[in-house]
Amino acid sequence: MKGVEVTVEGVTRAYGDFKALDDVSVTIEKGEFFSLLGPSGCGKTTLLRIIAGFDYPDSGRVAFDNKDVLSVPPEKRQSNTIFQTYALFPHLTVYENVAFALRLKRMDKKTIDERVKQYIRLVQLEEHLYKKPSMLSGGQKQRVAIARALINEPSVLLLDEPLSALDAKLRQSLLIELDHIHDQVGITFIYVTHDQSEALSVSDRVAVMNKGKILQIGTPYEIYEAPATRFVAQFIGESNIFECTILSCEPYGEEFLMNVDVPALNTTVMVTDYDPQPIGAKMDFTVRPEKVRITSGPPRTTRTEVNTLKGIVEEPVYSGFQSKFYVKLDESPDTLVKVFKQHTVFLDDGPDIEWLDAVYVSWHADDGYLVKDTSQ
Amino acid sequence: MKRVLKPRQREQLLGSAYGWPMGMWFTLFFTIPLGIIILYSFMKRGLYGGVEFEPTLNAYREMFNPSFAMVVVRTIWISVLATLLCLLISLPCAYAMARSKYQTLLLFLIIIPFWTNSLIRIYAWIFILSTEGLVNSMLIKIGLIDEGLKLIYNNGAVVLVLIYMYLPFAILPIFTTIDKFDFSLLDAARDLGATKFESLFKVMMPNIKSGIYTAFIFTFIPIFGAYTVPLLVGGKDSTMIGNIIVDQVSKTRNWPLASAFSMILTVVSLVGVFWMLYTGKREEMMKKDGPKTPQALEKRVRAHHRAARGQR
Repeated sequence: MKGVEVTVEGVTRAYGDFKALDDVSVTIEKGEFFSLLGPSGCGKTTLLRIIAGFDYPDSGRVAFDNKDVLSVPPEKRQSNTIFQTYALFPHLTVYENVAFALRLKRMDKKTIDERVKQYIRLVQLEEHLYKKPSMLSGGQKQRVAIARALINEPSVLLLDEPLSALDAKLRQSLLIELDHIHDQVGITFIYVTHDQSEALSVSDRVAVMNKGKILQIGTPYEIYEAPATRFVAQFIGESNIFECTILSCEPYGEEFLMNVDVPALNTTVMVTDYDPQPIGAKMDFTVRPEKVRITSGPPRTTRTEVNTLKGIVEEPVYSGFQSKFYVKLDESPDTLVKVFKQHTVFLDDGPDIEWLDAVYVSWHADDGYLVKDTSQ
Repeated sequence: MKRVLKPRQREQLLGSAYGWPMGMWFTLFFTIPLGIIILYSFMKRGLYGGVEFEPTLNAYREMFNPSFAMVVVRTIWISVLATLLCLLISLPCAYAMARSKYQTLLLFLIIIPFWTNSLIRIYAWIFILSTEGLVNSMLIKIGLIDEGLKLIYNNGAVVLVLIYMYLPFAILPIFTTIDKFDFSLLDAARDLGATKFESLFKVMMPNIKSGIYTAFIFTFIPIFGAYTVPLLVGGKDSTMIGNIIVDQVSKTRNWPLASAFSMILTVVSLVGVFWMLYTGKREEMMKKDGPKTPQALEKRVRAHHRAARGQR
């Protein structure tokens, strides 16, 4: 692998009273596609700017391959950045923008020409070599920015919300392209975004941030299926999340089956977990909407592990490939349960479940999840 | 039948109606007087001022008098030096203003001197620089010197006061362009391996060029025609073209020669203004993808249709 390992240790950065970063530590492995995910103002961009060298932490350490880089100015670091606003030089053509770094190094013209054309080919901009940035579309500008950052052959590529200014379709295709480029160049990518679907779809690992802290680091799968804190559970994907109290806990195969009291649902539900939880402990119970089944009749099974609630469809939202239902429960009219139903068969006669239909919502205890850390 | 105007036609008509008073004003008080000056410069001088209507190139011939040539050369070097120093001072100054939290206050401070008559401000400089003036008496008090230095009535004083007078005209246009400059470009340049210095010169400078051109024109032209400053703080070897014109009109009463010198000033200003318009236009064309004016747009659309017809 050509990339470097990036270590961030105890980094704190405050602007006046506002702590943009609060004792943040993370190790990003060589050649990894690592995402920093969080809402705006969570400190992810500040962390990226500190790694790039545009900002300095009040305390803490940043190292590339275990060599401290805080004393190294940005122009000497082995990192290059793709900026949110592209930051292309408006007075230079596409070619000159990409050649900028090499010209600073005073390389000979022939080498520069070869390298520039090689990277322009990588981002497929051969036809636009001599255009000014103002004549390019958003996606093309983004490609120029990618080529310009990569030509320096950095060990770390820092991407600051690179796709946020593009429309949804283009964002998808550029994201896949970025992933391909990552596979080709094999360097470490640190990708800052507030868009969870971007982060989940291409990253090797994701760090979820909020209020200057990293709440959870894990693979996209771990982050989605096993959120560590209440914030992560709410921020990533959609979820039904309620406070709960553990009532009972007994072994269930390799796991433990628990009965928990959920005041918001005005009932108790069954949920499994790999670790036994103490009776009386307060935590959050979540179940993802797509894991909940919605049926007109009662579910056929009567096993205790299947939680079944009765309700009325308060709001159906049809969006082609799936429908979202907000179900008002008979037992607790103040709570709406979100249910996503995939339309896997051709809908000949319109939807089978409609507004104000009486329905049953059900899910298996395995599909629920307990969030232990409700403090943040 | 009542003729109905299309919106564009009406707009054009209204435009010329609104422009009319200004056009008249400029014709009466600018174009016609300029024409008179041009005319006078080609006439024979009258004995007691004025001209005799007899075409001659005498005035232009007289300009090649060595003593006048000296003045022209001096005017050029003083103007160039003062203008360059103005730009050199205003670049970091405008940069600091654009990045400052107190932008409005600083802008206000730059504009305050305009509230005072320029003559009064020049006299203030005389008070500061004269042999018994502020600077000298302070230096004597500190004990650095025993007797007053000759700080005034020389070319140095002229350059100094000219810079003082015209600095705001350089700062303001440069400030406006730096204020619009996208500072993340500097980060990008640093990121790509440029030092602080390189990022300023290779990225910032080319992008604020238009402001620097404007500042150059705004300072060079008035400094080139300066007359009160060399008169009040200059010595006997500080005469500039402006002073010659005054002398020729009021003392020597050689109006054609005064007109001829005025022509130099006018030509220099015009060259400057046209150069600015030209570079501005070119910059605009290069910056913007599409054409700016409706005429240019129309032209482009027509060209497009022609090309489409050609294909068919």
